[in-house]
Amino acid sequence: MSAQVEKMIDMIAKFVGHTAKKLPDDVIAKLEELRSKEDSALAKVIYDTMFRNQELAVKLNRPSCQDTGVLQFWVKCGTKFPLIDDLEALLKEAVVKATFETPLRHNSVETFDEYNTGKNVGKGTPTVWWDIVPHSDTCEIYTYMAGGGCTLPGHAMVLMPGEGYEGVAKFVLDRMTTYGLNACPPLLVGVGVATSVETAALLSKKALMRPVGSHNENPRAAAMEKLLEDGINAIGLGPQGMGGKYSVMGVNIENTARHPSAIGVAVNVGCWSHRRGHIIFDKDLNYKITTHSGVQL
Amino acid sequence: MVEIKDGKKILTTPISAEDLKDIKIGDIIYLSGSLTTCRDVAHRRVVEEGREIPVDVRNNAILHAGPIIRPLENDKFEMVSVGPTTSMRMEKFEYEFVKATGVRVIVGKGGMKENTSNACKDFGAIHCVIPAGNAVVAAVCVEEIVKAEWRDLGMPETLWNCRVKEFGPLIVSIDAQGRNYFEEKKPEYNANKDKALEEIYKHVKFIK
Repeated sequence: MSAQVEKMIDMIAKFVGHTAKKLPDDVIAKLEELRSKEDSALAKVIYDTMFRNQELAVKLNRPSCQDTGVLQFWVKCGTKFPLIDDLEALLKEAVVKATFETPLRHNSVETFDEYNTGKNVGKGTPTVWWDIVPHSDTCEIYTYMAGGGCTLPGHAMVLMPGEGYEGVAKFVLDRMTTYGLNACPPLLVGVGVATSVETAALLSKKALMRPVGSHNENPRAAAMEKLLEDGINAIGLGPQGMGGKYSVMGVNIENTARHPSAIGVAVNVGCWSHRRGHIIFDKDLNYKITTHSGVQL
Repeated sequence: MVEIKDGKKILTTPISAEDLKDIKIGDIIYLSGSLTTCRDVAHRRVVEEGREIPVDVRNNAILHAGPIIRPLENDKFEMVSVGPTTSMRMEKFEYEFVKATGVRVIVGKGGMKENTSNACKDFGAIHCVIPAGNAVVAAVCVEEIVKAEWRDLGMPETLWNCRVKEFGPLIVSIDAQGRNYFEEKKPEYNANKDKALEEIYKHVKFIK
């Protein structure tokens, strides 16, 4: 194993470990805002517990939520990035390292054989989604801990065009009252609008990697993000689904063109403990972290 | 036993049906004593396989959870992070589980349905929610991991029998009368949703 590969494994393992213990800056800021706007006694007790927990996690150096998820990586890798050939294997190695160092929960169960590998990796886990970037020598990595609770509401289907964007809105809001309330609100809601189930589904996950408060560049899609956000808030789920004025941290929509006969739609949610990270490496493995301030790897 | 200390209502194991009779949905309580993590496969073993649960949970509490544990020396363990998992996954088994084991307090995340509320009413039990994602707050309430059973299930699914002190805050979601906080909230949420959708529909007629 080359020294550079080892170095990158070490940095990714440390970064993943950090994201288990401290939430991204944008998520903390949004939770502080929502906390200040709730006035029911129950909502206040829940937010007080959440903020005490995040303080304790840093102080005691422990994962803030016990479900540290299945690790998912979305990489945007330049074709000239020197470690491109090693990337998938080194991400797997980094997850094993982080699992024992952090520690992370063992969350990889081999399907059909139905046993927990005990290392947090298995066939196809961690998940790695590739975007290849031509003529670039940098590598951008989004890290995500996909917990069980916030993975359960995930849903995709193909609507007939007659159902229109009204159908998209209904699809998303129906999911909030059936599954969303158990998925640790206030949620970040990712919506994909495309042609088929898998194109919409992948977009709905990528939407969750966008910062809280960011908007789709299409003005109509951005308007729909706001409509859905206000609509889900009006349901009144509140923190933990126990009632309150705010149910979501935001709604992010990602979209592509579609077949004229189909509207593929998918929803994916992130819980309040939205453990996403974003790190960019240059060809010499100098790095920049955009999600978490004050991190030294 | 139930007592009020520094304004906190604290249930201490062993818990009787009498201890639960004045506790209502929406109340905030704390738990001291014996609490055992117990989730999907353990429920299946008790209910479907008819196996005897190797930790006595009668008049005690279970927690729907899969913790992060650090092994120490001499077969001892440290609770690093522990928080609730989605209780609804255990709904299918909970009536028979409560009947078979005599558990009094079930702690988890989110709502449960008729199997559980009927069990609470018929056998004298409650379901509580501990605000989820707060695994360090919960872990520091664990004084000791007393024993670990069914270890073949792996870290998340092992029965970790803990001695806890003032574990909480626990929000009562099903009381021993069978009232169900989340089910009572649902009509309100659904009505709000229908109203919100009517408003959204006016603004998304993009296909013309």
